Amino acid sequence: MVDQAILPAALDSGDVQTAINHLKEMYPGKVQDDTRQGYSGVIIDRSVLVEAATAIRDKLGFNYLSSVTGVDYLGFGDHLEVVYHAYRITGGPALVFKAQTPRDNAEVPSLIEVYPGADLQEREAYDLMGIRFHGHPNLKRILLWEGFNGHPLRKDWKEAYYEQEHKPFDSRWPAGYARRAEELTVFGKNVQYPADLDLSRLSDTTESQLYSGMGLGVDVQDEVTSEGIKTDRLVVNLGPHHPSTHGVFRMVVELNGETVENLEPVMGYLHRNHEQIGERNAWNHNMPFTDRLDYISGMSNNLGYALAVEQLLAHGARYTPPTYRAEVIRVLMVELTRIVNHMWAIGFLLNDLGAFFTPALYAISERERILDFFEATAGSRMMPNYMRFQGVARDIPERIRSTANQLNDRVRDFNTMDYLTELINERIPGAIDELDRYLSDNEIIKARTIGVGYLPKDMAIAYSAAGPVLRASGVPYDVRRAEPYSIYPELDFDVAVRYNGDIYDRYLIRLDEMRESVRILKQVLPRLEATKGESVFAGNKAIYMPRVPLGEAYGRVENPKGELGFYVISQGDPKGPQNPWRYHVRAPSFINLTALGQMSKGHKVADIVAILGSIDIVLGETDR
Amino acid sequence: MSELDLRELHNTEFPVPADMQNNVAITSLSRIYNWSRRSSIWPMLFGLACCAIEMIATAASRYDTARFGMEVMRASPRQSDLMIVSGTVTKKMVVPIVRLYNQMPEPKYVLAMGACASGGGPFKEGYNVVSGIDQYVPVDVYVPGCPPTPQALIYGLIALQRKIDGQSLANMDDVPWYGVGPSDPVPIPILGPDIIDPRQMELIRQQAERAAGAAGKGTRDLPAAVMDIGKPRTVPTVESVTAEVKQEAGVPAVEAPKAEPAAEVDPEKAARIAKREAALARKRAAQEKGEN
Repeated sequence: MVDQAILPAALDSGDVQTAINHLKEMYPGKVQDDTRQGYSGVIIDRSVLVEAATAIRDKLGFNYLSSVTGVDYLGFGDHLEVVYHAYRITGGPALVFKAQTPRDNAEVPSLIEVYPGADLQEREAYDLMGIRFHGHPNLKRILLWEGFNGHPLRKDWKEAYYEQEHKPFDSRWPAGYARRAEELTVFGKNVQYPADLDLSRLSDTTESQLYSGMGLGVDVQDEVTSEGIKTDRLVVNLGPHHPSTHGVFRMVVELNGETVENLEPVMGYLHRNHEQIGERNAWNHNMPFTDRLDYISGMSNNLGYALAVEQLLAHGARYTPPTYRAEVIRVLMVELTRIVNHMWAIGFLLNDLGAFFTPALYAISERERILDFFEATAGSRMMPNYMRFQGVARDIPERIRSTANQLNDRVRDFNTMDYLTELINERIPGAIDELDRYLSDNEIIKARTIGVGYLPKDMAIAYSAAGPVLRASGVPYDVRRAEPYSIYPELDFDVAVRYNGDIYDRYLIRLDEMRESVRILKQVLPRLEATKGESVFAGNKAIYMPRVPLGEAYGRVENPKGELGFYVISQGDPKGPQNPWRYHVRAPSFINLTALGQMSKGHKVADIVAILGSIDIVLGETDR
Repeated sequence: MSELDLRELHNTEFPVPADMQNNVAITSLSRIYNWSRRSSIWPMLFGLACCAIEMIATAASRYDTARFGMEVMRASPRQSDLMIVSGTVTKKMVVPIVRLYNQMPEPKYVLAMGACASGGGPFKEGYNVVSGIDQYVPVDVYVPGCPPTPQALIYGLIALQRKIDGQSLANMDDVPWYGVGPSDPVPIPILGPDIIDPRQMELIRQQAERAAGAAGKGTRDLPAAVMDIGKPRTVPTVESVTAEVKQEAGVPAVEAPKAEPAAEVDPEKAARIAKREAALARKRAAQEKGEN
């Protein structure tokens, strides 16, 4: 980190255009404006990428790398492009810079030395796009396995059930028939094999490659600790089916005695090809898929995607922004989701600390009430598919009839506004206070969490941590304030921040954030009352196949787990298929895991489970 | 949990005097065996994706699977009777799942929770998604939904209880685990260039040999079905494709996908499509007229 005090103020706080001009002066001829229609930022020659990125971080102050992803421009210049979104941690818009490489032997220098947060994201781009990152110390496949045939996000790679480039498929529309996808392959399964498949030499090498270099088996050595105790170095595998890994996450841990020396996250066990499916889908098709990213907070995922596409739509002529009531409902849903998520996170953090399920039962009881409201509004408890471009799918209902409690022979019927008022003014604050009262001063919790899993401030920024993990390390960075969207500018709330960067602070900050959410919700209620009867959709009509203009957009929201970003590229052909050319998800759970190894070093095995719980990952988003 | 009522066990022709019915039951061995088994199904504590969240909600206080004797979720497959496959099964994850299934002691049951575990679900077309866990391990109950609500999952669990109730100790097909020796484990899939089911090895070898003769690396030998998109009348059925493969390969039957026995010409479907196309043509004609 460069000493910020000696720099001229204009450079690291000026607007993005000033920064770009300065960058162009520093590397004449190597840095060019991205002049494609609808694009922004600069294209940096890959020969100077590392130096330019260092300058962007140190001289220009864009020290927070939000997103790294690759794009395959097959047929549009036939090159691969790596797109970086860097932000200032003090707030403001992004500096977007790109590096291009030919499709054959695609190689770009790794930025891991400049931005350690690029680690997992570069591995993902290597895995799915086949871009080699020169200088990356651990360039292995991350979501798929070593030995997988091809790089699936390249535009010339076709999956086993491939039918057509774009949806809706001609077979379904207008021909109007469907067949089982299994019929597309002779194996009756979702598989395809390369022509040069050699079955005689087939063996599963994924595991041995994973453990190579980690001192397994014959490499086990006796070691003597500083206290003179003889220990073994051994490798322990946690997951992918482990009750405390929050899904199918896996950690390979190298231990000395019981102390963690090295930790490698292994993921991809829930890699559901979200991005590739998203590029076949039409724009609106992707909305229900975003529900399944962070499946605990579906509503806020919807908002992130809607904002990204609305940015693109705003370039077009026929765009009208969402109505005020739609914005109010969006904020209502998103903040309720934040409470659902944090309740869940706290309950299961306690689970990880060994308080098996009882605190979780307390924590998720209010969640059911919020889900009743979601179900009455959107039709589903967890997968709302509720937001639309330029609005929301429908207004909140007049009354809530909960079907769930018919189980107890009691039909519940409420006026929605009364229900929400009671929920927001009494039940949720009561539940938060209850958790606070039972847990915050608990001796065991304090002993297990204070000082454990420490992530210092500068490291949190460098590792691109986001959300509660970042803010618990003393960085007051919240997208709702740093780059405001929706009606957040007019709402009165504080960005919760804690300074110790350990598990306990990550627990406390979730309580703080829930209290801030309640504060926001209390301001939302009168607005909801005042806008009653107004349209929830700009133009009074849901547009199912919007004509999305040419260009790129990066929409981001402050999700409960951190910054959720959607990087979308539209081909913009008004007559052509209306599909995203590129659809990338910047998943907070995924990128927050970059720092997991760092946080876990030197702790005991039981602590890494708690550290993982305090990051609060959800695998749908981590693996996508 | 409700109190034990012995009356629900009576099913023989021997009558029990009314005043003894709460103390004595005369029943068959199968009946009491099944009754005790189905009242203490221990699921494996094992979640895959979104459905796992609803599974936890089902076990939590509002829905409470403890009422069915199912609240004891065991983290070890060695102690569990039921595997709830709660979520999308990816190719990377199916290897551990099959291994877990093999480690469960018999009698064991599998419940496919949600669209993904039942048949691939919304992510079916993805390159890393298995089209349903039943491709690898036998499934007893399918619960539809994305994700199924807790009510739906409870219904699925009750369906499983009913299935257990119907198993007779006298019928060896119902209770194969009392046969001689251990049952065969499901072969563990291999992660090669794509996932390889060892049971399909022979078919894969035949296909690889065919492809090596015809095409270079990277291209696939697509069945005719893909090429004929947009021509609904000439769709080859699964049977015809697999039959063709079998014929060429000369191998015994490989488990064919369980498709409906689609006839070459299904008159009902053809009539439906013709009717629809006629309606579309009328509509288009009307539109053109309107424009002119």
